[in-house]
Order: sequence, then structure tokens, then C-alpha cells
Amino acid sequence: MHSICFQATGVPGSNYIFDSCSPALAISKPINLRFCGLRKEAFGFSGLTHSSSGRVHFSSRGHSKKVSASAESNGSPPKSFDYDLIIIGAGVGGHGAALHAVEKGLKTAIIEGDVVGGTCVNRGCVPSKALLAVSGKMRELQSEHHMKALGLQVSAAGYDRQGVADHANNLASKIRSNLTNSMKALGVDILTGVGTIVGPQKVKYGKVGFPDNIVTAKNIIIATGSVPFVPKGIEVDGKTVITSDHALKLESVPDWIAIVGSGYIGLEFSDVYTALGSEVTFIEALDQLMPGFDPEIGKLAQRVLINPRKIDYHTGVFATKITPAKDGKPVIIELIDAKTKEPKDTLEVDAALIATGRAPFTNGLGLENVNVVTQRGFVPVDERLRVIDTNGNLVPHLYCIGDANGKMMLAHAASAQGISVVEQVTGRDHVLNHLSIPAACFTHPEISMVGLTEPQAREKAQKEGFEVGVAKTSFKANTKALAENEGEGLAKLIYRPDNGEILGVHIFGLHAADLIHEASNAIALGTRIQDIKFAVHAHPTLSEVLDELFKSAKVKAAASSHGPVSEPVAV
Amino acid sequence: MQTQLGSAVFPRLLRRSLSYIPSILYSLHSLLNLFHFFRFLSNSSPQSQKHKEMASPFLSNTIISFSSSLSSSSSLPRLAPSIPFSAIRSKSTPRRILTVRSKIREIFMPALSSTMTEGKIVSWVKSEGDVLSKGESVVVVESDKADMDVETFYDGILAAIVVGEGETALVGAAIGVLAETEDEIAEAKAKAASKSGASTPSAPPPAPTPAAASTPAPPKSTPAPAAPTVAEGPRKTVATPYAKKLAKQHKVDIESVVGTGPYGRITPEDIDAAAGLSPSKKNVGLAVVVETKPAAPAKAPAASAAPSSLPPPVPGSTVVPFTTMQSAVSKNMVESLSVPTFRVGYPVTTDALDALYEKVKPKGVTMTALLAKAAAMALAQHPVVNSSCKDGKSFTYNSNINIAVAVAINGGLITPVLQDADKLDLYLLSQKWKELVEKARAKQLQPQEYNSGTFTLSNLGMFGVDRFDAILPPGQGAIMAVGASKPTVVADADGFFSVKNKMLVNVTADHRIIYGADLAAFLQTFSKIVENAESLTL
Repeated sequence: MHSICFQATGVPGSNYIFDSCSPALAISKPINLRFCGLRKEAFGFSGLTHSSSGRVHFSSRGHSKKVSASAESNGSPPKSFDYDLIIIGAGVGGHGAALHAVEKGLKTAIIEGDVVGGTCVNRGCVPSKALLAVSGKMRELQSEHHMKALGLQVSAAGYDRQGVADHANNLASKIRSNLTNSMKALGVDILTGVGTIVGPQKVKYGKVGFPDNIVTAKNIIIATGSVPFVPKGIEVDGKTVITSDHALKLESVPDWIAIVGSGYIGLEFSDVYTALGSEVTFIEALDQLMPGFDPEIGKLAQRVLINPRKIDYHTGVFATKITPAKDGKPVIIELIDAKTKEPKDTLEVDAALIATGRAPFTNGLGLENVNVVTQRGFVPVDERLRVIDTNGNLVPHLYCIGDANGKMMLAHAASAQGISVVEQVTGRDHVLNHLSIPAACFTHPEISMVGLTEPQAREKAQKEGFEVGVAKTSFKANTKALAENEGEGLAKLIYRPDNGEILGVHIFGLHAADLIHEASNAIALGTRIQDIKFAVHAHPTLSEVLDELFKSAKVKAAASSHGPVSEPVAV
Repeated sequence: MQTQLGSAVFPRLLRRSLSYIPSILYSLHSLLNLFHFFRFLSNSSPQSQKHKEMASPFLSNTIISFSSSLSSSSSLPRLAPSIPFSAIRSKSTPRRILTVRSKIREIFMPALSSTMTEGKIVSWVKSEGDVLSKGESVVVVESDKADMDVETFYDGILAAIVVGEGETALVGAAIGVLAETEDEIAEAKAKAASKSGASTPSAPPPAPTPAAASTPAPPKSTPAPAAPTVAEGPRKTVATPYAKKLAKQHKVDIESVVGTGPYGRITPEDIDAAAGLSPSKKNVGLAVVVETKPAAPAKAPAASAAPSSLPPPVPGSTVVPFTTMQSAVSKNMVESLSVPTFRVGYPVTTDALDALYEKVKPKGVTMTALLAKAAAMALAQHPVVNSSCKDGKSFTYNSNINIAVAVAINGGLITPVLQDADKLDLYLLSQKWKELVEKARAKQLQPQEYNSGTFTLSNLGMFGVDRFDAILPPGQGAIMAVGASKPTVVADADGFFSVKNKMLVNVTADHRIIYGADLAAFLQTFSKIVENAESLTL
């Protein structure tokens, strides 16, 4: 399942916490919205309910287990537990944790107030991949030059908006039912309602108008995810001023859409919209587009993904006020200079997509009952994802994973964190290396990365006193890429020449998102360049781009003598 | 990160060819693929030497003409196979009035590597109207190997951008125009307009007063450029992102365009209309009815009159404008209509030639070399067939017999020239031919290697074509079209039948200088030479 949600919308982290993205509109308070993407929001609300202030309790039937709550007062831990593990939020993070918990023999329940699958499956990675698959094909079919070079002839390519929207919706339903079935089949109890922590090891959940149920568990994982962040001054009407939640339904394809924020979400949507015929205007608060990417990759990506397309942009500006189209007027966007705060410009467009990042969804979780205060909405955790209370002490048996802790706002990161927590509660100490978690942006071509960017690596190198090496290979030299007539692309390796450690890998090019794993696995397993460069790649494949990348690194250390390749095995 | 290759190039090039002045330095720009490039540079020295030669981005110091823009490019456009054509480099146009050196210079697409055949404009560092000083980066070009900044060697003003960002141009094609002073900008722009035939398919050949004719019969009446001052109130111009891009590309002053889109915004269609272009392919269904102005329906301006008299395109058809080069081809083909040509065919028995070919083939002799040699030997006896008529008043007898041979390469057509084909022996000729073909494939032919022909040979026999008719390239007296050699039953004078290999050759010639008897005599000689093929080896 994890693979499905691979969409990485996270920002390759500047030390995992990144701030990102785009404060494209962070106006007065710099809200630390990470740039995240569309990802799991476990306790989710459906898109239409985001605006309500509190949590909306959805009524749903079935699964409401009557668990008799013992009558002890809140505050003292129960002696026997209904469950070994309760997960609040059935997004990708909660799902990953639940599956692993069952494997480890834990009696597990998962509480979900909305639909299983969270943001990723319902309003994020999954449906966006469906739209991007369409945009990728449209792009190919529309590129006369490309087609001609391959000897193909295609007459005018067109699309049916509803058909495209249905494809995205069907995909989400399918993945959602897969997810639900996989948990049911393993015996995970799915408890319906909004979960609230009422005390140590104790959670209540319930639906509006019904009495709450209280359940106890030896360990609790908070996995409530995030919702789209909308800066103040922006009025979202769901029709002409929208967030990713609305955009994914593709209810319209505007002639001209402004996208506020040029991070992953904005970039992916610009790919979709321009392929479907829209013109796009980016509004970015920072001085350059695509903050958060390795600068070199960002520059190349801009050349390929922005400049030749029907896209223009305003950088270094905040959108202070966005008024939806009404009374015969278009959507009006007021821009001010990000530094001087002087009014800069007013834009008139047909629609605006707010892609300024995501805010944690942690209100109403009952954290006050365990003496925990969120930081800008995020649940504070230590490196083992244990929740920290106001006094800086660990709250026993309480963990937080995924977007809600803000360490790395990516679906697969949440899942990995969930697995890490389950490892800990089943007796094996485990600390997840976030630097080994890859991220990807599914534009055409794709962008992917793992580890540090070059500036981050250089900063670290300066602090710790080591040298940084950079190696690069081009897709233009790759047979498979050329066969596809997709030679545009670059892979970049940032490493330590002294010991061969891989610090970061960034790829821009055909199927970059699928290519990154060789590098992320190497980082996760601690494989050094001098060893991995002897691994063999099938020819001709795109993965030879990485092969060449590793081989072109100038590492001073010798290959380890006990590597996996040292022993010949007779076959 | 700037490598100044240009200075090294300068003297070399001067020696090599006076018609080019390398004027642009480039430097490595993007780090992209940098190491590829270095690897390339640090290779064997001869190669890098070659690279430097190739890598000369030049500005021509002549006024724009096709000859200058295309001279360094060897990739010729696709033509119908029956149109052998060596005249991409057109003879200097008659209306060339340049007495002194013009101060308008073209910026060419440089060859940044030995394998580069075309380059993509990544971005223009400078915009039109910017003042450039020597050594400044003007444009970033992406080759097959790297992205590089291209710098100017001259001070001047970037008068016009011919090839916009994201577009591709063949090596040697003009991508921009540099004017030395402001006074020349208008003139330079006009030149540029004539260059960008790609984007203005209906543009007629530049008239002597190009400024006036720059917008050929726009579909809508373009708003008078004087109008925009009448803006009411502080209403600002709203244009969509693509409209802005197009305006830049087509050099349309966006402030002067009246928007017709929603809320009065300027749409890409508005820009197209203002630029005098037919609507983009999207709405090709509504074909624009171009106002036909049968101003001068004389014989010559057939080119300009043609497009307007065409019926609207069939719905769903695709309109692909000519590239600069294709426009050049078109122009030359139309030009060829002004030459009164006629054709004479002749059957030639090739048994002896075939036998000889079998014998010398192992030594590397090709059929092309054999035919070229035979034609050259025949031409030596019939100098008039090797002559040409430049001005309609005189014969120009060529002292050399240079056989241009039409070959299809990489989907294009090119006519490498076997110089002094009558003097070289068969083996040298074959060797020379092999070199030329290789160069042509690598697109490294030098101008005189494809435009110095005095007679053209075109052979479509290998396709099984039995006879065909070639168009005489402007500037030559005759062209020979060779069909396939096929076993044919022949009866001799005594009534005996036998089977001989026969091929039909068909020569097209300029009747102003070459008459029927001349051609017939030439063909007879040619036939004799082929039938006594052993003489070719002498």
C-alpha cells in the first residue's frame, strides 16, 4: 500500500522540518506549513467540511463497538486494555502502522472519522496521479515534434473533462476499498467516529448525537494528518477559488488559473492544467520558483516545466486578498511585495488554486488531557516519535506520526514512522532515518530526491569539516531515454569523497520518481558509493543513469572487502 | 564558468573563410552536463581542435540573405526526390544593393559540438532593443551536449530575435539580428521579418521597402499603432500568460492590442491577429479568408499571389509553416520556373558498365562515381552543356567540370560536388565521393562542397524508377536524371533478338544556351562512353 501513496509531496527536507513552501502567502505569522503535499490526513474531513471550525462528527453505522469503559476517572491508566494499539486516523500512516502491528501480533484498532485512506487516497497523491497520468498522455499526444520524431501521426488529441474526473474518482474508490479490505482481512477493528484522547492510554470516539465510546489501549498513535492551508484574506468558494481538495475533482478546467505557491502541489497542478489547455500564473512568495528543490534541479525544472509552457509567474509577492468570481467579475488577486509590503499588482483570472502548503489537523484531539500543547498545530515529538508534553517530558505510550508531527509531510514517511513506532512498542528500539526517505514530484518529466540538497550538504560539510563532492549524469546519454525521445534530464549525486557516503541524490527526468529508490535504499542501508558502483544494471534501462552517476563519483575510499559481491556464487 | 573559445577561433576562421567573422564567444553556462563537455574537450587533441573549428558561432558581416544564413549548414531540406537541388545557397539576389559593408549582422546558431546539428534556444539573456557590448552573453543555447552562453563579439543593439525561446534552429541558421546603431534597427527588423518565414507563412519575399510590407494582409484590420494613447482611465492591460509570450515572440506591442477575451483581456488569438497571423491550428476550422489583392498578377510574383488564391484548408488539416530552409527551397524552386527548360531522353546500354562495375566494386568504386565520371568525360567534349546562363544575355563557360550528385541523407537532400570529375581517376573520385557522403552525413560539408556544381546528376535507379524528370537548379545549364538499368529485349539490325541492360537517362537543360542538338550530341557521347566503359578507367 505504501507504494501507492508514494506521492511525495513533501519537501525534501531541510533537516526534516522544512518550511517551506511556500509561505506564498504566509502573511503575518509565518505559519510553518510545510510544503507538503497532498497527503494523508487521517482524521479527515471531506473537503467540504474543512471550513467548519471544530471537528465534524460523521454519523456512520457499523463498527461502533460497544466497549465498556471502566468507570475510573480520567487520568489514571487502566489496568487491563481493550487493545494493544489504537491508531487515531486511518490514512496511509495509520494503515501502515496497523498492518505492521498485526504482523507483530498486536490487537489493533483504528479510529476514523471520515473515509478510510485519508488525504493521500481520497484527496491527494492517488487522485492526483490519475490526473497526472492523463496530463502526461495529453502532453505526448499534443507534442507534434515528439510524435514526429518517433514517426507517429496523431490527429488532434482531445479529452472529456468528466471522463478524466471519473478516472481520478474511480481510482480513489478502488484504492480506498483495497485499503479497507486489507485491514479488515487482517482483523484490524475499524472504529468509526472522531477520536479524542481523554487520558493516558484512553480514547473516546463517537458520532454526532450518540454517546461516546471509550476504549483503552496499551499504546496510542496519533495519525490525524493535515488539511490544505489557506492563508487569511483568501476566500475559498470551492468553485473559482479552490484548494487541492476541489481541484482534484476537476469540476472545471478554467481558461486561466492562478496557482498560489510553486511547490510540489502547485507544480503538479500546473502540469495537469496546462496539459488540459489552461494557462497558468504562478504566485510565489519567495524570490524564485520551486523553493525547496536543489537549486540546480529547480533551475532545470523551470526551463522544462515552466518556461516553454503557457505559464507566467510573479515571484517575491504575497497574495493578500483573493476574491472569488462573482457579479460578473473575474477572480481578483491582490499582490503585495513580499519584502516591502507595498501593493504590487492586481491580477484578474478565471480561477485561483491555493497551494500554499498544508496545516496539521490536530484541533479537538484532546491533547490538553495529557498536558500537550501543539506548536503551530503540530504535535511535538522526539526522534522516536514519542509525544512531548508542555514540560518537555515524554508522554508515556503516546506517539504521533505523519503530517500531524510535521517532521516530513509525506504519505510514505508517515507509514515508515508508523512502522518504526510499532517496532518500538514491540520491544525493538528503532529510529527512522528521515534522510533516507525519498520524495517525488510527478510532473512530466518527474522530479525526485532523497537526502540533502547541495546547499544543505555544503552547510553541513562546513560545520562538520568534510569535503563535498558532486557528480552529475544526463539522461541525454541514456539509451532508453533516447529511445523514448525523452533525453531531457539530469541526475545529481552529492557525496563525501573521503568515505563514499551518499548525502543526497536529485533526479529530474523520465521516471525519476521510480529511479530514486536505488539511492534511498543505499542511504537507508548505509551502502557506500565504492560498493554500490559494482552493482550491475540491466542494459538498456533508465536505471543506468544512476549506475553512471555512482561510477562517475570520485571516491577516495576503497571498496569494502567484505561486500556482498566479493564471494562468487556458483549457479 | 566561462570558457572563451571564441578568441582561439577567431584567427583560424578568418584564414578559412572571409565570409564569416566569428563574432560570438560562448562560455559554459549551465552546469548541466558540464562534465560531458569537459570530457569532450579533453579528448584527443585533433578532435578538440575540430570542435573548436566547428564551434564557431558566427555573425555574418553581410546583409541577410539565404546564402549567408545557410552556408554553414549542411542539412538540406526535404525535397521531393525528383527535385535534385543544389541551390540552397542561392546566388546573390539581384536586388542586393549593398555597396558598403552593412552594419547589420546576423547571429547564427553556433555549432557547440562536433555532433551538434541543431540547437535549442534555452533563453534569450537580452531582449530586443537591448544594447550589447562585446563579450556579453546574449543567448543561452542548448546543444546535444550542454547549455552554453553565447556571447557577442560586437557592440550593437539586438534588433530582432528571429528564433524565440524554446525553439530550435539548425546550426548556421540566423537566430537574431544585431544592428550597429539605432538607425539600422528598422532595417534589421525588416530583415529579421523576412527570416522568420517559419512564423509568417504568408509573408511574401521581402519587398524593397520592407517596413511597409511587414504585415501582409492581416485577417483583421490591425489597430492603428497610433491609437493606444486613447486609453480611458487607469484601466490596465490584462493579457494571459501565453498571450504575453506570443507578443514577445511576434514582437507585438501588447499595449496596442485590443483584448477580445473574457473581461476584455488579451488572448493569444488577439496577439496572432495583431501579428497578422492566421489563427493557430486549434481553430483551423474557421479558415480565415485572406483578402486577395490581385495587385500585380504578373508572371514573377507567383509566389506571393499563390497563398491567397488557395481555397481554405480542409477542416482537420494541419498547417505546418515552412522553416527558413524550406522557404529557401520553395523560393528557389519557384525561381526555376523563370528558366525555359526542355528535356531529352536517351536509352543507354549498360552491359559494359555493369561488367566494369562488378570488376571495380571490390576496389571501392561506386556506381555514382562511374556515372559521374562518364558524365564528366562527355561534358568535356560538350562544354556548352557545362555552361550556364546567369543574366539571360550570355553564356558562362565553366572552366571546371564539377558534378553535383543529389543524395538523400537523413531524410534530407543534398548535392555534394565532385570537383574536376573529368580530371580525377575513378578511384580518386570514389574516394572523394565517400568522404563527401560521410561529411554530408555528419553535416560538415563546406559550402563549396555542395554549391559549386556545374552539372547535376540525379539517380533514382536504385528505387526501380525507370525514368523521371528533374528540375534544373538555378545557376546550372543541365541536370541528368538516371533511371534503373533493366534487362530489355533488343533487336539488332540483322533481326536477331538479344537481351541487354538498358537505362533511360533524361536531361533537363536551359534552352537559352543549350539547344536540342547540343543535348542530343552530348547524350550520344555519354552513351558511347558508357557502352565502352573500359575507357572510364583510363
